[in-house]
Amino acid sequence: MRRGIAATALVAALAVSATACGGDDGDKGGKSSSGELSGTVTWWDTSTVGSEDKVFKKIAEDFTKLHPKVTVKYVNVPFGEAQNKFKNAAQSGSGAPDVIRSEVAWTPEFADLGYLAPLDGTAALKDEDDFLKQAAASTVYNDKTYAVPQVIDSMGIFYNKKMFKDAGVEVPKTIDELKTVSATIKEKTGKTGLYLRGDDAYWFLSFLYGEGGDLVDAEKKTVTVDDEAGVKAMKVVKDLVDSKAAITDATNGWDNMQAAFKEGKVAMMINGPWAVTDTYTGGQFTDKSNLGIAPVPAGTAGQGAPQGGHNLAVYAGSKNLDASYAFIEYMTNAENQAKIAKDLSLLPTRNSVYSQPGVAGNENVNFFRPVVDKAVERPWIPETGSLFAPLVTEYTKVLTGQTTPEKGVEAVGEEYRKLLKDWK
Amino acid sequence: MAVDTSQSVAQAAGDDARGRSRGTGKPEGKLKRSVSIHWYAWAMVAPVVVVIGVIIGYPLVRGIYLSLTNATERNVARTIGVNEIPATYEFVGLDNYTDALTGDQFLGTLGWTLVWTVACVSITFTLGLGLANMLNRRIAGRSFYRMLLILPWAVPGFVSVFAWRFLYDERRGLLNTVLAGGGIDAVPWLNDPTMAKLSVIAVNVWLGVPFMMVALLGGLQSIPGELYEAAEMDGATAWQRFRNITMPGLRSVSTTVILLSTIWTFNMFPVIFLLTRGGPGEATQILVTQAYKFSFEISPRDFAQSSTWGVLILVLLMLFAAVYRRVLRKQGEAW
Repeated sequence: MRRGIAATALVAALAVSATACGGDDGDKGGKSSSGELSGTVTWWDTSTVGSEDKVFKKIAEDFTKLHPKVTVKYVNVPFGEAQNKFKNAAQSGSGAPDVIRSEVAWTPEFADLGYLAPLDGTAALKDEDDFLKQAAASTVYNDKTYAVPQVIDSMGIFYNKKMFKDAGVEVPKTIDELKTVSATIKEKTGKTGLYLRGDDAYWFLSFLYGEGGDLVDAEKKTVTVDDEAGVKAMKVVKDLVDSKAAITDATNGWDNMQAAFKEGKVAMMINGPWAVTDTYTGGQFTDKSNLGIAPVPAGTAGQGAPQGGHNLAVYAGSKNLDASYAFIEYMTNAENQAKIAKDLSLLPTRNSVYSQPGVAGNENVNFFRPVVDKAVERPWIPETGSLFAPLVTEYTKVLTGQTTPEKGVEAVGEEYRKLLKDWK
Repeated sequence: MAVDTSQSVAQAAGDDARGRSRGTGKPEGKLKRSVSIHWYAWAMVAPVVVVIGVIIGYPLVRGIYLSLTNATERNVARTIGVNEIPATYEFVGLDNYTDALTGDQFLGTLGWTLVWTVACVSITFTLGLGLANMLNRRIAGRSFYRMLLILPWAVPGFVSVFAWRFLYDERRGLLNTVLAGGGIDAVPWLNDPTMAKLSVIAVNVWLGVPFMMVALLGGLQSIPGELYEAAEMDGATAWQRFRNITMPGLRSVSTTVILLSTIWTFNMFPVIFLLTRGGPGEATQILVTQAYKFSFEISPRDFAQSSTWGVLILVLLMLFAAVYRRVLRKQGEAW
């Protein structure tokens, strides 16, 4: 018993000294009595390295000019790894950033797992009415706001104007036209028409929407990926690859797609505003006007592209919540959004920014704005972020001929019903 | 200090040997005596036992426990800042094992894992044996060749696997560029399921040959040269010498390297993960990479299923080692 008391005393003493140390710790920020922010804010950005990251880093670090006692630590985490990396860090409680650039579909999932700090009533949200409705939709989970929308996007077809002129073709409006255009390009220039990403199911969505399908119907609580439209969409992408209208890869798709398009090995790719700046670095696009962007080709049921984007969210375990709130407010304010739109052609999430000089005249922003308005919104349920893993496996299997479109979507549907308990 | 102890141990042992209860002690008596005689050894071993218990025993027991629950990312305990979320997963008995063993996925993956292991080990062993035999002769620049062949081993595994990934790239890889120069169409090294299987085996063989070669070369050098001389005198052909001297002489080395290599290949995570991530689709997914996928790549992360697969992998390898050992013992090999 005596030993027990001694041990308790020792633990208590350690706890006290640890708290005392914490007080002096420079990292532990907060508001001083005068309301001045201090400490370190670590931000995990997921933007494209080599083009977008420079601009974001500069803006992020300029936060220090407003709050001299705050240090911003900018970390670029590759987009493909960020979701898992953040989950690892957030769950173990060590190594997680204060602020994460969270893709729209990740946000409800992170919030559901308890990793994000609710932002209602904090400094993070300012002029909330100015945010586009679609952009704000993904930040709300269970009636609480967990993130602030940073950029919004959708997809379009990127084409090489010079190659189109050489082949004497017009931009395809439907998938049938896409096939004939590809065939003509192959015949006239020897190059392939389209690069289709085969290692990321996000690139499959516009074909699925084009056939009138969707992954799930959240209102009716029904899995819809394995209905007729899903099968048709799988057949469409398979046919594009089999007929050599498109090339694809099962690994390293992003790099190969950008390289092929930038070097003029393919005439078209499906992509979003996030790819614009990187595409301009390519040899084919030293003259920026050579890049054309058009709506994604329509399927038999019409034309549709997914609405995506990125939010900024604060880790619930952050030691520096106040500075983090201020930081995401700063990153999403009208001035910085305008800067990002001008430099990177990314679409602002604030209505007021679109009319600002420099943004209003940006061709790419002007093109994507109506596309985003019409884009298909996904259900913002925690499982939305989980829907891609089963889909991409079967999508790649269909493209590489390991399964049929019918069996592929059936397997996806089966996985979805396991994820979404009690859904039809 | 050490001298004192050893004396006291010797004395204790001596007393005991002459003493009362030789060979008739009850189990408790034996234990007591064992402690009193060997306490020093036990004390010395204790730290190692504790460390192994902590770094191997705990994760193992925890893994087995998780495999009997329905733990996922959503129901395990987590502490985020001030929020403490308690664990809500439940004990489900052997359900995970029944699911794994009756579903297609585990058995399908196991099938490819076996093909992969057998192919890699047999090819690696054959190539390693051939190279070791060649390098065991006196040829010009022997040490240079030896060094060159060990190179894949000297480079960190992930670096060489990444290098291979770039070589294999269908659009921009060196292999296809070279083939294009010869007028051959691009080969979908990692994009076609069958090609991807062959490609990953090729890389693993490339990585595994140096180890086999070095181990077998050591074995070859321990075979006395007189045996070969005598056989030559008796007119044995090269093949006969190889069959009757080299092979038996290499037995003890080769059984060990085959066992090791099988276990390593069975669990060769980096080659598969870094080259194809198990793709295209799931064509090259082996058991360990799939178990990793369950607990780190899908969401919500399925810790229970991942642990189940982990335990099954352990059981399979233990079974393999036991059977292998038994077969060897039957053939009169002391192992």
